Amino acid sequence: MAQYAVLIYADDSAHAPDAAPEDIESCDQHSDELQQDGSMVAAYALTPREMATSISGDTITDGPFVDSKEVVAGFYVIEAPDLDAALAIARLNPVVREGGGVEVRPVHSSFVKQEEQKTAW
Amino acid sequence: MVDAAVAEAAVADTHRREWALVLAATVRVARDLDLAEECVQEAYAAALEAWVRDGIPGNPAAWLTTTAKRRAIDAIRRERALHSRLALLVEPEVAAVEATAEESMAQDADAPDDAVPDERLRLIFTCCHPALAPEARVALTLRLVCGISTPDIARAFLVSEPTVAARITRAKKKISGAGIPYRIPGPAELPERLRAVLAVIHLLFTTGHTAPSGASLVRAELVDRAMHLSRTLRELMPGDTEVRGLYALLLVTDARRATRVDADGRLVRLEDQDRSKWDRTALTEADDIIVGCLRAGPPGRYVLQAAIASLYADAPSYDQTDWPQILAVYDKLQDVWPSPVVALNRAVPLSMVAGPQTALAEVAKLEQDKHLSGYHYLPAIKADLLRRLGRTDEAARAYDQAFALAANEAERAFLAAQIADHTLPA
Repeated sequence: MAQYAVLIYADDSAHAPDAAPEDIESCDQHSDELQQDGSMVAAYALTPREMATSISGDTITDGPFVDSKEVVAGFYVIEAPDLDAALAIARLNPVVREGGGVEVRPVHSSFVKQEEQKTAW
Repeated sequence: MVDAAVAEAAVADTHRREWALVLAATVRVARDLDLAEECVQEAYAAALEAWVRDGIPGNPAAWLTTTAKRRAIDAIRRERALHSRLALLVEPEVAAVEATAEESMAQDADAPDDAVPDERLRLIFTCCHPALAPEARVALTLRLVCGISTPDIARAFLVSEPTVAARITRAKKKISGAGIPYRIPGPAELPERLRAVLAVIHLLFTTGHTAPSGASLVRAELVDRAMHLSRTLRELMPGDTEVRGLYALLLVTDARRATRVDADGRLVRLEDQDRSKWDRTALTEADDIIVGCLRAGPPGRYVLQAAIASLYADAPSYDQTDWPQILAVYDKLQDVWPSPVVALNRAVPLSMVAGPQTALAEVAKLEQDKHLSGYHYLPAIKADLLRRLGRTDEAARAYDQAFALAANEAERAFLAAQIADHTLPA
């Protein structure tokens, strides 16, 4: 089994600090499905672009690093036997049907600190 | 002893026809594209010598496959020996691979003749995977499925050899690095993935049929390779109407090859081509395929394109072409494959049915489409419509635009002649 990162691109993230449960319902449902079928390794939903701060050289600026219509709204890591299997999982992401898209990349290596509890807004 | 020239010809012939079969069967043992490719190349090199000495084998492809597989097994064994000498932990997989390799050799010994035709499909689907860049798919298909050398691919596409080599290396790296599987896609993915395969073959053909640049109109090598690939795919997937449709489209289009340029390499328009020199056998074969496909259900893009090409080719003369029927098929084609290029080509039969003025209005609309900016056939078709309307000055300007955009020398010469005709005082 190989690990693949799925980067979620959308106009913006639905996960605002004060997001209502219905705003993020489709994301949660997809995440639940992947957890249940055992393919999900890790998942991170990011806050909207207005929360982003970028650094390039000595300069700190407000906003995402890449000036683009889409922004990385979140990412997750899945386990799959090959690229086709990973793509089959990734294309089920609701963002694909909601005007955005995903990018799938093989994971080279990873580290996650073992924490007692996960943070949540 | 066999005459060296005879053996060489036999090797070349087997290379052209059986490369994909030999490589695909070897990949199964080698489990690595690079190693398999190397072993197959060595097997072909060994064949030259062995066939002179021992005679040409009854089944050259089986001889090559066995030789290439043996080399792959030897390489895997050497690798294993190296591992154990270095006192590393021997991966249990290596032994398993070798066992599989021996087993598949034994199986093939029982049925040496085309025992594993599906292996070629795996190879084709892997090379045409949509996760690879389109130009990489084309280069990889020519390299791995057709066995064409990197310099020859570079020549066929008029790009530099390092460019082609880099494309192939990058593609192979992605296949192993991203985990692109070496297998035939499952039913859910198959239609989409097959479209990518057909697109590669179609692109190879069109690049050869009307070379986008260079001195000659046709690059026969690419046309022949595309025909061969299309025929192979039809043998492997006979139930798919689009696979058959593409083959029919290539047959019809290529049937006119001998008449598309004159003895001096100058382009001859469809209306001026000598129809008696078209390949009737190919046209009949294509017609039968098209009729069969149309009966089988709602036709896809390639079946409809083939039907259009065949309606053009079946007319006894250009003037007797069934324009309303062609227009009707174009309308269907636009439904299943909405494309600005289709809309542009439709302007030709439209002009014959509804007059050049109506067609010109359609072309004017298409001029706004950014996909067609830079496409020299748009001003070329526009120029022809203007010419037929007697708007000579405007026609000359449109021919000028087409000339500026065209990069194929035969097409440029044709357009230059048109410009001269329309700028001289009558």
